[in-house]
Amino acid sequence: MTIQSQKPQIISYRNQKILKKFFVYFVLIVVALLVVIPLIWMLSTSFKLKSQLFTKEIYWIPKVVTLENYTKILDNPSTPIGLWFRNSLFVAVITTAAKLVIDSLAGYAYARMKFPGRNKIFNLLLVTLFLPGVMFLVPNFVTVSKLGMLNNFNGVIFPALASVFGVFFMRQFFNSIPKELEEAAEMDGANRLQIFIKIALPLAKPALATLAVIEFLASWNDFLWALLVLKDRTVQTLQPGLRTLQGAYTSEYGLMMAGAVIVAVPVLLLYIFLQRFIVQSVATTGLKG
Amino acid sequence: MTIVSLRKRKIQITPYLFILPHLIFFVVFIGYPFFSGLYISFFQYDYLRPEATLFVGLQNYIDLFKTGSVKFIEFWNSIKVTLTFVIYSVPFLVIIPLGLAILLNTKIAGTKFFRAVYFAPWVLSCAVISLIWWWIFQSQGGLLNYYLKLIGFDTPRWLSTMPYAMITIVVATIWWTMGYNMVIFLAALQDIPNDLYEAAEIDGANSWQRFVNITIPMLQPVLIFIIIITIIASFNLLGQPLMMTRGAPAQPTGGGATEPVMLRIFNEGFVRPFQGSAAAMSVIVAIIMMVFSFTNFRIFRQRD
Repeated sequence: MTIQSQKPQIISYRNQKILKKFFVYFVLIVVALLVVIPLIWMLSTSFKLKSQLFTKEIYWIPKVVTLENYTKILDNPSTPIGLWFRNSLFVAVITTAAKLVIDSLAGYAYARMKFPGRNKIFNLLLVTLFLPGVMFLVPNFVTVSKLGMLNNFNGVIFPALASVFGVFFMRQFFNSIPKELEEAAEMDGANRLQIFIKIALPLAKPALATLAVIEFLASWNDFLWALLVLKDRTVQTLQPGLRTLQGAYTSEYGLMMAGAVIVAVPVLLLYIFLQRFIVQSVATTGLKG
Repeated sequence: MTIVSLRKRKIQITPYLFILPHLIFFVVFIGYPFFSGLYISFFQYDYLRPEATLFVGLQNYIDLFKTGSVKFIEFWNSIKVTLTFVIYSVPFLVIIPLGLAILLNTKIAGTKFFRAVYFAPWVLSCAVISLIWWWIFQSQGGLLNYYLKLIGFDTPRWLSTMPYAMITIVVATIWWTMGYNMVIFLAALQDIPNDLYEAAEIDGANSWQRFVNITIPMLQPVLIFIIIITIIASFNLLGQPLMMTRGAPAQPTGGGATEPVMLRIFNEGFVRPFQGSAAAMSVIVAIIMMVFSFTNFRIFRQRD
């Protein structure tokens, strides 16, 4: 009696599990499609002629695949996207490299060295982490224009180096690793700079890599500040450049999507190769922040 | 004696040399503007014509609080738009990522792949995502209206009429940033010890009961954290309205129906030549944001 009544229950429990699994996959796939469709639409549009954009029926795969949109914006003096690409790369690489150097130096000092005023200065830095960025918009713009750095890459690189996040991040890391190696090196007569370069920095490689990815993305994707400071077409970076592109043509969506593809592809490639690492970095730094 | 004092001095100077490079940039671009922003807000100031600078005292602030003045209407309209955006977007930016994180926290194949896909838009810039969605929402040739028409729905002018213009910005923002919140939720979910669920299962709790009595309480700190950072991020909304709707449609009383406060400051100080007034607006917005963060911080502390 009991065995008989149990049997159908087991089967229905199994069915329920399969049904649940099916439901979960269904939701996951629908959301994944919603995420991917706009990107595919961008790609598809970028290969279409203008005459194919406003047809009665929509073609996801262009009837005629054309590279015209790309060639048109690449060597166009009013929207020199190739030049903007080089500008973006230059700014992002220099900003990231400079940050790694100055933030790891400062982070190491706040973590490992004792000096008068250390805690006071560091607490002051920490407090500014809570200040909203909007406060600095106008005054920094005035400073940059007074220093003659409008339409100059220094005008975007220098203010970015003031950020406290990297210093805080590196200090946290140096605090988390054991001191013994450094103390042994000090006994052997190494000075602070030697200890920092030869012992602390090699240990900090994972933290430096995380910081590099975060800062490169931030610099590459910077929109507002670059828009304000780099007005001249010859010094623009890609992000404000996209706005220039949008304003330069009417209804030329193929051209604009080609521009968007050129801006998006480097970070998407970076993401595909470093996907797990990027997600992990964001999750851990997000939780700490 | 001299050697000792020399060595002592040398030891003392090294740490300062380590922090100096960062400190210089910090002082110039975070320390100094903290005060100069306030200072500028007391002037009529245009960076293109510094010779025309005029001390106006509190006038820039008075304009923002004088009911009926153009600046008053435009500024407080933009605050209202920002709050509307917060109310429209934050619930979705909490619930959707939480739901996705819970689905991805189950033991099924392929969760890593889906996590990677959902997070992907976050690495794109706001200019890229704005451009893509601007094109999707176009009335002429836009993807959305094409399919809406195909299944017999109305085809509104998404980018220039209300409430649709606000909806376009909310949709683009959710698509762009939901992966970030999801990843943080997922990390928090994975930190909940499994024994809790096992014990509850033995006690006969079903999955809904486990969700309400274990997941939600364990997740509470992260939940509050996500809500706060999402609201703060919403205050910085600028690129999407700038590129998708340009603040349109215009309000009958003044200001734009999708012109949030950052766009207002941008227009005031960098499109129009009123940097003093823009600085005053920034000060007020910063105070609002700091009061908000501080209150939350206090509430947080009390709960702990």
